[in-house]
Amino acid sequence: MKVSRLWAIVLRQFYLLRGSPVRVIPLFAWAAIDIVLWGFISKYLGTVTEPGFNAVSVFLGAILLWDFFGRVMQGVTTAFFEDVWSRNFLNLFASPLTIPDYVGGLVLVSIATSAIGLVVMLLLAGGLFGLSFLTYGLHFLPFVLILFLFGIALGIFGSGLVLRFGPASEWLIWPIPSLLSPFVGVFYPLETLPGWMRAVSYTLPPSYVFEAMRALVVGQTPPAGHLWLATALAGFDILLAGWYFNAVYQHAVRTGLIARYSAESLS
Amino acid sequence: MSLANRQSNLSGHVLEVSELSKRYGDVSAVERLSFTVARGEIVGLLGVNGAGKTTTINMILGVLAPSTGQILIEGYDIAHQRSQALARTNFAAVYAPLPGNLTVSENLKIFGLIYGIPKLKQKIAELLQHFQLERFAHTRCGVLSSGEQTRVALAKAMLNQPDLLLLDEPTASLDPATAREIRAQIRDFAASKTGGVLWTSHNMNEVEAVCDRVLFVSKGRILLQGDPKTLSVEQGYSSLEDLFIAVAREPLQDSLESRKS
Repeated sequence: MKVSRLWAIVLRQFYLLRGSPVRVIPLFAWAAIDIVLWGFISKYLGTVTEPGFNAVSVFLGAILLWDFFGRVMQGVTTAFFEDVWSRNFLNLFASPLTIPDYVGGLVLVSIATSAIGLVVMLLLAGGLFGLSFLTYGLHFLPFVLILFLFGIALGIFGSGLVLRFGPASEWLIWPIPSLLSPFVGVFYPLETLPGWMRAVSYTLPPSYVFEAMRALVVGQTPPAGHLWLATALAGFDILLAGWYFNAVYQHAVRTGLIARYSAESLS
Repeated sequence: MSLANRQSNLSGHVLEVSELSKRYGDVSAVERLSFTVARGEIVGLLGVNGAGKTTTINMILGVLAPSTGQILIEGYDIAHQRSQALARTNFAAVYAPLPGNLTVSENLKIFGLIYGIPKLKQKIAELLQHFQLERFAHTRCGVLSSGEQTRVALAKAMLNQPDLLLLDEPTASLDPATAREIRAQIRDFAASKTGGVLWTSHNMNEVEAVCDRVLFVSKGRILLQGDPKTLSVEQGYSSLEDLFIAVAREPLQDSLESRKS
């Protein structure tokens, strides 16, 4: 990996954002709307549930972390789609740029864009609804790390899917967080799920985050082993996604897909 | 990868293509193509649409894997030393425009970083001046005319002072004045002995004026090669264009044999 090449990928996104403020708004707008909406829902639920149940910490905290995961994933895929939309693959891949350079650059872009979203969400959730992340203590850091790693893994996997199946498959990528949310128990304990769904949940790192978050809110200490397991799973998912992206790229080079992608992007 | 892994390049060729083939199932797009490009030389790769020119260029650019054969760029094998080989190569093609939502300067900066160009700011300023793009430096590429976009693509292609410059129909869709200007710039590049050029074009007058050597490709094979100024006469045709049409219309080898006899 070369720093100048990573920087080139990051700079491209910076120039796009600088040149078109409209692109900046989605970095925080949808997350902000979710925080406001779920902030009020949580406040209302707080009035109708048993005393002692901290609805704001459970629901608003959950939506904040889940939105952060979505921002991370979209940080990678949106940066990748920019190259799809501008038919830039031939210019990029007929250069000394390597796949680790390119993917590494996408990850750096995602770190920057998701951090913007996270800061806005934290400010809104704390300022408007009094959500304090002191509730989660130091656990907040592994929560963010696990969700970040898994978001990166899914972002790379989603980009690989679009590279493999063409620009039209973009619509497959956007709903991935929604498809996963029932399994990872964003708003409810995993024991609510039927056995087969729970089996799937245990393979998904965010499930451990949301279980741990709920445990903390009711004053329990989440098992440390679970968070280590989730971190390892997320790390494994990144390796798997990286392997998949590279395999798709090699397939694209064998079949001429990279060269044809420019023309096909027009359709 | 160290220099020790670089294959010796005593021939002085910036590009050496050996026995290059590309097959898609039973269909052969390129068949055992072998040729070289020397430093300072402009080689024209000619043929009808579908002859295998762009497939060949894509393989040289490392975006299409050959079925068999070897490509050496300045002694670096594109199959195993891709980054080193491509750091010494660049290209411009009408079907690969630079992102239209970035300005000329922004695009040059990004690709300059990718190619690891030292003193990039100065290099960009020189290229903008050389290709008369200074007034478009802060204009988005997407709003430029075809001719201006071609000049931007050429500026990007010259960023790394390539040993090998690949140009796929660089003057297609340009007006005669701009095309002449572009041809002059490419000739200057070759004359400076900085690198060699592989050029595809359907404009035979242009090929005759610019190229030192031409390769006629048909059905993925090289059928003829030689000096564009004399080749047509040697083959019994009055012009390069007539020869091109003959190659396009007939099973060439038979046609040329009968013509000669």
